Amino acid sequence: MPKIRWGKVLLWAACLSPLFWLGWRAWNDNLTANPIEYITHFTGNWTLRLVVATLTVTPLRKLLRLPSLIRYRRPIGLFAFFYGCLHALTYFWLDKFFDFHAIVKDVAKRPFITAGFTAFVCMLPLAITSTAGWIRRLGGKRWQDLHRLIYVTAAAGVTHYYWLVKSDHRLPVMYGTLVAVLFAYRLIALKLRRPAAPPPHKAFTAA
Amino acid sequence: MPTRKPWEIPYSEVTPKALYLNRRAFLAGVPGALLTARAARAGTKLPNLVKSQLSTTGEKTTPYNDVTTYNNYYEFGTQKDQPAIQAKNFRTSPWTVSVEGDVAKPRKFSLDEIMKLAPLEERIYRHRCVEAWSIVVPWIGYSLSEIIKQAGGPTSKAKYVAFETYYDPKQMPDAVHAGIQVPYVEGLRLDEAMHPLALLCVGMYGETLPPQDGAPVRMVIPWKYGFKSIKSIVKIRLVESQPPTDWNIYAPNEYGFYSNVNPKVDHPRWSQAKERRLGEFLKRDTLMFNGYGSQVASMYAGMDLKKYY
Repeated sequence: MPKIRWGKVLLWAACLSPLFWLGWRAWNDNLTANPIEYITHFTGNWTLRLVVATLTVTPLRKLLRLPSLIRYRRPIGLFAFFYGCLHALTYFWLDKFFDFHAIVKDVAKRPFITAGFTAFVCMLPLAITSTAGWIRRLGGKRWQDLHRLIYVTAAAGVTHYYWLVKSDHRLPVMYGTLVAVLFAYRLIALKLRRPAAPPPHKAFTAA
Repeated sequence: MPTRKPWEIPYSEVTPKALYLNRRAFLAGVPGALLTARAARAGTKLPNLVKSQLSTTGEKTTPYNDVTTYNNYYEFGTQKDQPAIQAKNFRTSPWTVSVEGDVAKPRKFSLDEIMKLAPLEERIYRHRCVEAWSIVVPWIGYSLSEIIKQAGGPTSKAKYVAFETYYDPKQMPDAVHAGIQVPYVEGLRLDEAMHPLALLCVGMYGETLPPQDGAPVRMVIPWKYGFKSIKSIVKIRLVESQPPTDWNIYAPNEYGFYSNVNPKVDHPRWSQAKERRLGEFLKRDTLMFNGYGSQVASMYAGMDLKKYY
């Protein structure tokens, strides 16, 4: 019998619970007076939360010296993509009824939708190349470079949210701050890891 | 060795009969208590309503529950479900509305006076939010012009009407996060304010207004976006020049002074061509002046509505 990895079980339960909560509310006809708006905001919120969670894995494993946490990064990232798909589908289907003319106009004309669409599109290649096979095929370095697209997704996602709200910016600013802190951590870590190149040795310059 | 079996308890632990009977009485009282609480919240029935000729016909009214749980009233929170919760204990009595400025006889009106100033009419209007959703509500009230006439009518100087919402930081602790200016202010051109459709509203669905919908007295201007229909009014001031209006102060490129419903002029961030009627699945087309064009379009003859959005 294979060993049950309780960490993964817990993670799946945690990441699926919002979906069950949404389903429960739908079942009880309790999706507010504007269900489509509620579903859109709900799935959008969880996409952003999980993108932030994905970005938190690396700093956490380094700060807590728990390198094994890395195994949770891919599933959290994929769940972020999953909620992102639900969010996009809500917009394409329930909001626009696959009226592609209206969608193209919206994406081009409305900055907040352009930002959201960018965030979503950047997640696509990451989800596709999330398998071990793709890491092998691309090679670790190239794979890692590609997956830096998550930074674009995070920044565009926060922008999308910020541009969407009418006047109370507390929540988007909170997400923006979290993302900024996570970006700052990486920049600082990069600086510390690669100190400025030492001055060339005298013996070589003296000639 | 104890001779008592584990499931036996000493008589001293048995709940006295009087107490458990008391508990039953208490439980029996619960439904009644809940009902009274609900009745007190739902507002008072308004008798002798006149059915207005100005009502929209052939539209299904939106369920009361939707209109009272999905609100934009930023002083009570910026999420749609917050006003119903945060405004629950909003004190609307005593209440006075001051009609002042360029009127012949400026004066204050108590809420009692307002309720009796003119026959209360039931008017069914479409209500279109700038966020592209809409409702159909049986409002109760009378034309705003009635109260302005009671204050002696506009003087020759009056060109605009400025409105102000009540503000109490104690009762509206979340207002500081609204992002928009408080107290909330709105305004109309004098001819718009004197138009019979411009409703001074004291109730809906046969009852007084619930706090989240703008109790005790609000404006309803059916051909304009919802934010023009200012809630919980304390001041109506007739003035010479165009008064500042809240959303226009906050984002002048997004919300104009006029803010007439116009499917051809988009909000910079979203289209105004369609709207979702609460309770409906498919979006419907938004109508020019929210369908009240035949009554109000003449007020804007010759105006570039793209410029004066």
